[in-house]
Amino acid sequence: MMEILANFFGAFLPEWMVTLLIILIKVVAIVLPLILLVAYATYAERKIIGFMQVRVGPNRVGFKGLLQPFADMFKLIFKEIVIPARSNRFLFLIAPLLAMGPAFAAWAVIPFSDGMVLADVNAGLLFLLALTSLGVYGVIIAGWASNSKYAQLSALRIGAQMVSYEIAMGFALVGVLMASGSLNLGDIVRAQSGSIFSWFVWPLFGLFLVYFISGVAETNRAPFDVAEGESEIVAGFHVEYSGMAFSIFFLAEYANMWLIAALTSLMFLGGWLSPFQGLTFLTDMPVLGRVFGDGIHWLLLKASFFMLLFFWFRATFPRYRYDQIMRLGWKILIPITLVWIFAEGLAIALGWKPWL
Amino acid sequence: MLGEYLPILVFLAVGFGLAVVLLGLGLLAGPRRPDAEKDSPFECGFPAFEDSRIKFDVRYYLVAILFIIFDLEIAFLFPWAIVLDTIGVFGIVAMGIFLTILIVGFIYEWKKGALEWE
Repeated sequence: MMEILANFFGAFLPEWMVTLLIILIKVVAIVLPLILLVAYATYAERKIIGFMQVRVGPNRVGFKGLLQPFADMFKLIFKEIVIPARSNRFLFLIAPLLAMGPAFAAWAVIPFSDGMVLADVNAGLLFLLALTSLGVYGVIIAGWASNSKYAQLSALRIGAQMVSYEIAMGFALVGVLMASGSLNLGDIVRAQSGSIFSWFVWPLFGLFLVYFISGVAETNRAPFDVAEGESEIVAGFHVEYSGMAFSIFFLAEYANMWLIAALTSLMFLGGWLSPFQGLTFLTDMPVLGRVFGDGIHWLLLKASFFMLLFFWFRATFPRYRYDQIMRLGWKILIPITLVWIFAEGLAIALGWKPWL
Repeated sequence: MLGEYLPILVFLAVGFGLAVVLLGLGLLAGPRRPDAEKDSPFECGFPAFEDSRIKFDVRYYLVAILFIIFDLEIAFLFPWAIVLDTIGVFGIVAMGIFLTILIVGFIYEWKKGALEWE
């Protein structure tokens, strides 16, 4: 399909513009579904937490409240963006951009299905590690530029928390790299093909737990949401933000949650690979074979499961105290990953690879 | 080779562009009626007591410094983890020595109380 488009545009445009246009179309084809997923994640969150607390959740706008995300968005567009008098105006307005840019750009290297990836770069995981680290700037700058005490406190807390959990996250990634032998996300998934038992979640179960817990802490979700702790510092770093400026932080947060969910499924649960792999009597069936076979729907399903976990945590766990968060990050998760990596390295050096 | 990174650049531009468009839309479509009370920093209804540029705990700095050390360590581990298959026992011993030095430092800072937040 892309060739037809390329030929069509090639008739009256120079070559470099055609390349750029094709890339742009592909980017939009990723960004639009992503925004939709983000919008419906907010709806799903309210519905699911509603059911867990024996309420109905949003049910007024559209059928069973299905249009609620759009209603929220239109409302927020027409709200005033208050810029506090004592804030640093430039940094105040640039902070939401710095939060959203990396949260979206990280999707460039995510493979949705075999070969279905925008930028099939070799250093995919390194790029992701770099971009997820950039996310902290938006938050810290927002907190500092607001010149409000709550925002300031939240920025400090969040800065220390995010960098702490990034270490545990990075070490967990190293474990995945050792098992797969590649930084390319597509190759990491392909290294897990075979059957459900070749997924990295089995040999790297500890790292899988560490990675997802760190992911929850990285996105400042409950139970690690001291940065937004409503009862202590109101709304944290975005207490001074209103209207669209606030909703950009919101979008970035949910895009990051989807990113963590997608990455966890890619690196530990075989991404687009079907759990029924190897069971040929299922995958060779005429029509149902497509459902049981590999494909983007499995990635979506696995990522949705992790999103459900995000909401579930929020509905069930009480918030951690700040010293407990730092203790969990530094004194429990990091030692676990260090020991795990050492044992894994030993296994590889001795030629014993349980996942192959 | 570098051409593979062009989509990433475009995606970054689209990401930032989208944020700029949304923010611009909000600034254009929303009303703007500033008043002194609304524009003052939020402090539970009180007028702000003092500037928010306050002194804060040195431990936040400490965590940031420790983070740099460990993050560099991870950056070193990345290429090592990729080629571990081919460098075998030599690789594991070399990284073992490297990690031991780091872990000794980690134990030191733990015992010194740099990780305590009580």
